[in-house]
Amino acid sequence: MNNSEKKRMNGEAEEENEEDVEDEGRDAWERTYTDERSWEALEEDESGLLQPIDNKAIYHSQYRRRLQSLSATSAASRIQKGLIRFLCVVVDLSKAAGEMDFKPSRMAVIAKHVEAFIREFFDQNPLSQIGLVIIKDGVAQSLTELGGSPEAHIKALMVKLGCAGDSSLQNALELVHDTLHKIPSYGHREVLILYSALSTCDPGDIMETIQKCKKAKLRCSVIGLSAEMFVCKHLCQETGGSYMVALDEGHFKELLLEHAPPPPALAEFAIANLIKMGFPQRAAEGSIAICSCHREAKVGEGYICPRCKARVCELPTECRFCGLTLVSSPHLARSYHHLFPIEPFTEISARQFELSRVASKTCFSCRESLLTPGTNKAGPCAACTKCKQYFCLDCDIYIHESLHNCPGCESRRITPAAASATKS
Amino acid sequence: MLKEGAIESRLVAGPLVVTTWPRSFLLPPHSRGKLLRDFNQSTVVVGHGYASFQANRRSLISFSDDVSLLVVLIDTNPFFWSTSSSSLNFHQFVSHVLVFLDLIVRLSQLNQIVVIATGHNTCDYIYDSSLDTDQVTGEGELPALYSFVLQRLEEFVDKDEKLGAKQEGLSEKRASSLLSGSLSMALCYIQRVFRSGPLHPQPRILCLQGSPDGSEQYVSIMNAIFSAQRSMVPIDCCYVGSHNSAFLQQASYITGGVYVKPQHLEGLYQYLATVFAVDLHSRSFLQLPRPAGVDFRASCFCHKTTIDMGYVCSVCLSIFCKHHDKCSTCGLVFGKVQSDAASDRKRKVPES
Repeated sequence: MNNSEKKRMNGEAEEENEEDVEDEGRDAWERTYTDERSWEALEEDESGLLQPIDNKAIYHSQYRRRLQSLSATSAASRIQKGLIRFLCVVVDLSKAAGEMDFKPSRMAVIAKHVEAFIREFFDQNPLSQIGLVIIKDGVAQSLTELGGSPEAHIKALMVKLGCAGDSSLQNALELVHDTLHKIPSYGHREVLILYSALSTCDPGDIMETIQKCKKAKLRCSVIGLSAEMFVCKHLCQETGGSYMVALDEGHFKELLLEHAPPPPALAEFAIANLIKMGFPQRAAEGSIAICSCHREAKVGEGYICPRCKARVCELPTECRFCGLTLVSSPHLARSYHHLFPIEPFTEISARQFELSRVASKTCFSCRESLLTPGTNKAGPCAACTKCKQYFCLDCDIYIHESLHNCPGCESRRITPAAASATKS
Repeated sequence: MLKEGAIESRLVAGPLVVTTWPRSFLLPPHSRGKLLRDFNQSTVVVGHGYASFQANRRSLISFSDDVSLLVVLIDTNPFFWSTSSSSLNFHQFVSHVLVFLDLIVRLSQLNQIVVIATGHNTCDYIYDSSLDTDQVTGEGELPALYSFVLQRLEEFVDKDEKLGAKQEGLSEKRASSLLSGSLSMALCYIQRVFRSGPLHPQPRILCLQGSPDGSEQYVSIMNAIFSAQRSMVPIDCCYVGSHNSAFLQQASYITGGVYVKPQHLEGLYQYLATVFAVDLHSRSFLQLPRPAGVDFRASCFCHKTTIDMGYVCSVCLSIFCKHHDKCSTCGLVFGKVQSDAASDRKRKVPES
């Protein structure tokens, strides 16, 4: 072993000497230093201080690519979105999770970002539920049951952070299948596996388990932290999920948060059903009752289940006594922007903007000047297809990612006569 | 029978009308001793050289934690103001608001104000205290701020009326204003302030609304509310209409703002100065009016009545009070797998 290691080191030294001659011998990480030379992008201002690199154009092009891919998939067929989701997050805590290639260790990075993901998930999908599963010592254990309260999941995860043993993908899939098999038919069943290991130790035939999951309509997605594995790729292809491998911590966070908004659901995956829900009223100020979640006496706070009149502390939840799903109207309203999305704005190049001859060269919503600072020429901007107003790039990103309202369209009053005229 | 798009009391007719400016009910700002700290009257009233003086001062002073950026959304809906039976007409309302804006500017040298008008057919920016073009010298007896805002409001109301004149069939009794548009513009402006660097004033939105809620704006207003909640921008509301506005009550509750419906509208300035002039940091030390109870019950899509138990379609989240076979919004039949006509693939009907 020592000889071969030495040979490899010698070989690399020889390659370094010849790197000016040939390009193909270099690894990707070497190429970022020789070809891209990121240090040359730094600039200094008059006093010698470093100026921050203008990342605006990069962010905007990334955002536009994301938007194009989303609109391409949704335009393909009559896609519905899975709004009521039951997601099982499987965290691999085998020995490979203790690797330090992600600082301070893969496990710590996973825990931090899973916490952020859980909060974002419940923010975007208030009617959905998450369950946590960990793989340790070749065995899969269910950390938390399917539930809708983010705090409970985060607390449970932070306690149980220790890695040991092998990882077993089949055991995890079996456990998740048993958990998700019991949920009602209107829910979308999803699994998100955060896999750090490069192997799996299974007690049986994993291909059978994959077929079982496919039949149960589980949509399994995997985010790998080490390298691409055939088994994971096959699993995701069969079940219709997505398989991505994270390059570094920032990329991992991005991949994880991509699973927060509801995925497009094919119509065959979930059956439309009428779910009975209750909209509880707030309990009267000063009234004392024992809440059903903590079994403690509480004064004035909380809501009253309309069917069995039990007191619950927070919404959304399921009443413990009668099983009625309790929500408030803002929870339903949080998902409306998935159902009524706004169209992407068209990008306007600087020349097109100058040719258009608009009166005011400011963004319609934030009134920031659309001209490049220091010059009199227009920078790139975006325009809405319906109201024809111009917006700056930052407003474009904010409107589509957070606000989901076009200020130009909202500031117009469309009468029914005008609306039918535009449709025809 | 009201004239289409006209409001009864115009702001100014011809040159700036100063003599009819009613001042009797305006309480002087001096008496709000607890709230006023540095009283820079000279820098506000004397318009000459104001812009350069302000710029020099800003560079010397660092941002403390009680500097606020207040975005005020003024409702100019002519349908509301011409039919409102309360003791407040639009003329008096604007005068209360102008003195309040003056108060905010005087509370701290670094406070910023942005005024956006919510009309019936459009919304627009009226005043931005950080813009150099908005610093004007005062002429006549009114301070510079007042005359500038009055003039811009007049122009806005004219524009609003012109846009409305093109439309027909405007005999609606409950005509709403475009609140979602001005809320969206306010939030985009606040995002721009967040982007401007690590030192910025704390933003909040104050909604001075009188028009009733427009149910067609429900989804847009809720989107704006959730976005404000994520950016941690409180939405306060002072509602001067007749019945409570459910949308604005929800907005204040969800974003952590204050909702007030003043009982005595003649003293509107007093409500504004005591409740809404307080910056966000100081709110933790004061007991501001809390809502008695916000009704979060939903209304069913078929009868528009509020229900406390109902049925929700799992695909489009429409709410029904009774069990139906088919969803009226998305057209899907409940309990069966849908056949997708747009898709090419053949589908096997699963055994239920």
